[in-house]
Amino acid sequence: MSCGDCPDGRKFDLIKEFPEKTKQLNDFIDALDIGPDRNRNRGFLIESLHEAQHIFGYLPRSVQQFVADKLHLYLSEVYGVISFYSYFTDRPVGKYKISVCTGTACFVRGANAVLEEFKRLLVLENGETTPDRKFSLASLRCVGACSLAPVVMVNDQVYGKVTAKMVADIINECK
Amino acid sequence: MIDSVETLNKRVEALRRESLAATRILVSMGTCGIAAGAAPVLAELRRLLAERGLENTVEIVETGCIGQCYAEPSVEILNPESNSGITYGKVKVSEVSMIIDHLADVVPGLETVNKTWYYPEDEANADNRLQARIVLRNSGRIDPEKLEDYLKNRGYQALAKVLTGMSPAEVVKEITESGLRGRGGGGFPTGMKWSFAAAQPAGRKYIVCNADEGDPGAFMDRAVLEGDPHSVLEAMIIGGYAIGADTGIVYIRAEYPLAVKRLKIAIRQAEENGLLGKNIFGSGFNFKIELKYGAGAFVCGEETALIHSIEGKRGEPTFKPPFPAVSGLWGCPTVVNNVETYANVPAVIRRGAAWFRTIGTEKSPGTKVFALAGKVENVGLVEVPMGTALRDIIFNLGGGIRDGKQFKAVQTGGPSGGCLKADRLDTRIDYDTLTALGSMMGSGGMIVMDEDDCMVNIAKFFLEFTLDESCGKCTPCRIGNTRLHEMLDRICTGRATGDTINKLRNLAYAVKDTSLCGLGQTSPNPVLSTLANFEEEYEAHIRDKKCPAGVCTKLITYLINDNCVGCTLCARNCPVSCISGERKQKHVIDQDRCIKCGVCYQACKFHAIDRI
Repeated sequence: MSCGDCPDGRKFDLIKEFPEKTKQLNDFIDALDIGPDRNRNRGFLIESLHEAQHIFGYLPRSVQQFVADKLHLYLSEVYGVISFYSYFTDRPVGKYKISVCTGTACFVRGANAVLEEFKRLLVLENGETTPDRKFSLASLRCVGACSLAPVVMVNDQVYGKVTAKMVADIINECK
Repeated sequence: MIDSVETLNKRVEALRRESLAATRILVSMGTCGIAAGAAPVLAELRRLLAERGLENTVEIVETGCIGQCYAEPSVEILNPESNSGITYGKVKVSEVSMIIDHLADVVPGLETVNKTWYYPEDEANADNRLQARIVLRNSGRIDPEKLEDYLKNRGYQALAKVLTGMSPAEVVKEITESGLRGRGGGGFPTGMKWSFAAAQPAGRKYIVCNADEGDPGAFMDRAVLEGDPHSVLEAMIIGGYAIGADTGIVYIRAEYPLAVKRLKIAIRQAEENGLLGKNIFGSGFNFKIELKYGAGAFVCGEETALIHSIEGKRGEPTFKPPFPAVSGLWGCPTVVNNVETYANVPAVIRRGAAWFRTIGTEKSPGTKVFALAGKVENVGLVEVPMGTALRDIIFNLGGGIRDGKQFKAVQTGGPSGGCLKADRLDTRIDYDTLTALGSMMGSGGMIVMDEDDCMVNIAKFFLEFTLDESCGKCTPCRIGNTRLHEMLDRICTGRATGDTINKLRNLAYAVKDTSLCGLGQTSPNPVLSTLANFEEEYEAHIRDKKCPAGVCTKLITYLINDNCVGCTLCARNCPVSCISGERKQKHVIDQDRCIKCGVCYQACKFHAIDRI
């Protein structure tokens, strides 16, 4: 499990480091109908984690522990959920989150060549982030814009009908 | 506040009188429309209408997806009186002013899009159109963020009918008699599901909407949620009344931000108008709807896994029985239906089971929405009566294969489905015919493939998906699929030996027969169906170490032949600079450095590059 390590090896605790963000998450969870029944509280876990990831960008151990404490759950239960669902990540993501759609429609129209080109140019494997935390590369399954296949998303921006040739331009646009 | 049928009807009448605009301009603002650039077109429309003082006579409606994704951004000019209109496709910002100049007639030279559908609830199919829109009846026609638009289009009439004139048992009976089957995949009769839950002793029960559309390449649920969210809410309230539940939960993908936003708006509007909450339509029936978010797990489409996910656990399925209708969310009777299933319910209630049965086939009444994608001209959503021939969908509605290539196969049912080849194009598809052919309806993804697609590679692609998404709880799915994938990988990289096909087939059947849930039980389908239809392609990979479609990079080589005139185009395009040669001299590819990307092959204008 990653602990929110910095690239330079320095360890820090996001919860202590960013009191404002922590307060935001704290207020969100306090507004939920949390009771003494642990089992019932679990029902709020996924939405709490969505909010936490929205606030902090990722879910390192310190944030997981915070959510676990607030919902009276064990850290293992929280980590079990985070590791199961692909939407949650316990590693920091880059400023530019590049997602190559590898749904079926994009696949048959050549998404693999696009993904390979991103890997080659960014020197990243699928699911990794550059050391300067500028770019993250991931594949995702279907954004539902199949008429524009193959599709690449950079944060919220959608690029349609992408070819391997366009990849360098897309990366340059981010810089 | 709508607290009785009278207030509902009065409200609708008032709304009809209010709509004075002589012309309505519909701009498709679903995810695909926005991605294709609908927002600047919309802004230009607004700007020009204001500039020309037309804001009061022309009403702009931001609709959801109309289904013709290939033509986005699309703009429809509608005359509300005759209910007829002109739809322009692929509209550019620069063309907007021409469109406004010609509100009453077609702008010469602009691309228009023909409607290939009719609305069975409103009209007879006089000119034999292929599509019949029940589920998508409002998508692309109303503003999904306005309750008023839904009300004007018979919104909440079915709910009024149910709450003021039908007993819960009558509702279940109507749905059962309609023959409506679950549109999420399996095709289980909806009425039967409801009757099981209704038969449970009174107490806490739940109605759940599965909006966690996970099939890569299917997006009809998103279109309904973005284009007509109230229809899903209305159906859930009806379902709640039928089984005796007071809470509904929509389990929706977090990856669908626009659908989430519109659903939230719709729930708030329904609450503010008394359509959700206490004593709906003065009937004493109470119902509330909550949203729960998925977090990216395909297996959560399985109902027991989905329920665990709502409970905040890992989305792992459990053995059935007990079925959720008996013991589901928090141990209470729970009905889980998919978005498209719910979208049918208000129409069934309004027009009755007998009407619904006039559409589709005897065992699969109604329509099915397919997400047509891949190598067809017209990518988009089509809604056709069950029993429509594949050929009509692909070649008529889909406009045939892109770039004049040869049709090779169509894949239905996503990662759980199978491939059908050309000799099956005349199959009239419904749940049972597809299952009989070794594929399945699934959620309605329909991916068309042409001669350039390698079927072994396609099977491998789907297995990769299953591997990613297998929850790992049961051994056949966790390990069996891993081994299947390894075998396919060996085939695609030329490392397979003679008996691989037999091993592949045996293991595929073993995984199918012994997995715990639907995901594992269907995951070998892509392998088995491609084996059944394209065994010679597998053999070419194994025996000859060749990929006939030229896809598997380990099995292909690019060579420059004597047609080369030395134009240097290939060398300039090569991303790894592995092509060398003097200008006007034959070039050479350095095979050790070649990454087999095929860029040179596509770039060459002299057919000087062979792919062997």
